[in-house]
Amino acid sequence: MWLVEARTVFSRARVRALLAVLLAVPVFLAVAVYLAGGPRAGEGPTFLDRASHNGVFTALAGLVVTMPFFIPLSISVVAGDAVAGEANLGTLRYLLIRPAGRARLLAAKGVVTALFCLAAAVDVVLAGLVAGVILFPHGPVVTLSGTTVPFLDGVGRALLASLVVGVSMFGLAAIGLFVSTLTDVPIAAMAVTIGLVIMSAILDGVSQVAFLHPWLFTNYWTAFTDLARDPMRWHLIWKDFLLQLGYVVVFGAGAWARMLTRDVLA
Amino acid sequence: MAPDLAIETHGLAKLFAGRPAVDGVDLAVPAGSTYGFLGPNGSGKTTTIRMLLGLLTPSAGTWSILGRTMPEAAMSTLPHVGALVEGPAFYPWMSGRDNLERFDAMGPGRSPATRPARIADALARVGLTAAAGKKYKAYSLGMRQRLGLASALLVPRRLLVLDEPTNGMDPQGTREIRHLVRELAADGATVFLSSHLLSEIQQVCSHVGVMHRGRLLAQQTLPELLSSTGPRLRAEVDDPGRAAQVMAGLGMTDVSVSGTQVAGSLGEVLPEECCRRLVGAGVAVRMLVPEHASLEDAFVALTGEGFDVAG
Repeated sequence: MWLVEARTVFSRARVRALLAVLLAVPVFLAVAVYLAGGPRAGEGPTFLDRASHNGVFTALAGLVVTMPFFIPLSISVVAGDAVAGEANLGTLRYLLIRPAGRARLLAAKGVVTALFCLAAAVDVVLAGLVAGVILFPHGPVVTLSGTTVPFLDGVGRALLASLVVGVSMFGLAAIGLFVSTLTDVPIAAMAVTIGLVIMSAILDGVSQVAFLHPWLFTNYWTAFTDLARDPMRWHLIWKDFLLQLGYVVVFGAGAWARMLTRDVLA
Repeated sequence: MAPDLAIETHGLAKLFAGRPAVDGVDLAVPAGSTYGFLGPNGSGKTTTIRMLLGLLTPSAGTWSILGRTMPEAAMSTLPHVGALVEGPAFYPWMSGRDNLERFDAMGPGRSPATRPARIADALARVGLTAAAGKKYKAYSLGMRQRLGLASALLVPRRLLVLDEPTNGMDPQGTREIRHLVRELAADGATVFLSSHLLSEIQQVCSHVGVMHRGRLLAQQTLPELLSSTGPRLRAEVDDPGRAAQVMAGLGMTDVSVSGTQVAGSLGEVLPEECCRRLVGAGVAVRMLVPEHASLEDAFVALTGEGFDVAG
């Protein structure tokens, strides 16, 4: 059932377009830096000043640039559509009559949305790696701590970073899925979800509500940059994972409760 | 002993915002019957069907499908139920065949090994084989309806719940559906058919239930329902006013005048007796026709003439 669901979601032109846009960002970034030169050391988005030093940093810079908006946007679209989209098409009633089982259907939606989170982040990193390797040197990688690791080690870290980013989107995916169970209008679910991302990001920047920061699902989104240190620092990443798990449990339970009791009128 | 019931409800009710959409419905659909579920728009037919299939939670009442208590038995009962509820719904960006494949795979108990053959069979049965590879968004309304039926026919079913199955279909398609319903019934399936097309129902159904304003007004075999309204007599005369008086005087009911025609329900009155009295009263009779009530007459007698949708 998960495989069928995954095939349906990923066969959709909309989903493919989202992945294509995510693919284009690091490529665009790499070409821009190649043609115009990167920012001076310490300026511009994290890693962009190093993008021309090594293909691995092109990929990481791609992740930094897409992280605040493009990746969450695409996840909001997919998660917001998950249940509301089926309700809107009317296919939800036929899935329930099939019977797919309400809880099992929601689980399949959750798994595939999580899969999309990982796919989105991996997509960015792979595109960045390919573009970076073609345009820039691909020798040993100088870490943020100043040490040097072999190129393949660097590639491994970039891929690891993409998985970390993917997992750190799980909380958002759970929120989107929950919102999606509340309405029959997919665009509303998408808008609310992306609105919550923006709100969380704004609150994260307001020092007066610093007490809230550790609880915001966007708070540790940049923790993956610690993977570019030597040795890799996992402290914030674990904290992030724990926080995401909390969001998944809370909003997953909300979605589950709503899904089981929902009157399907569409 | 009561015969086995494919659908049985007791006091089934649904409130929307405090107003009853369905109000204490007791359905008894005998196994093996072809049951016509009638009612004007907004009478609660579709809401009832949604509750039967577990899409809506009833506000009150109990129900069972194929002898098993719902909604507890939904996962074991629904695989035996094929349904078309309020029009077909599929994924526009996928072909007809891919759509069927998805629905077939999104639940338990369907062998992937037999899937291609079953899908091909179902498509052939509704005449969609040639359009199977086309995207659903390119389908016409009638083709969409056919695909919905195909989805209900992917496996042999014990119960089919078909809500307006001929909606949007050409006369050819309507005939085919009638044929299909008879075929399914002949194979022993119970068919629960909701439709506005009374002539359709009259042609294929053995049992009829009539909904009105959320209540089940009548539930009988088709012959019983037709005879309950009784035969009518229609006369064309020179003096309709006088004729109407005579008919009413004989004890006929529902007497109405339209132009030079007078009609009424005979009840116990014999047509020849009525004729003698009319002539005796000096009314010139040009034509006198005893008529059997059609399903439409019975339906209107139960639900009234009003055209307005129940609020």
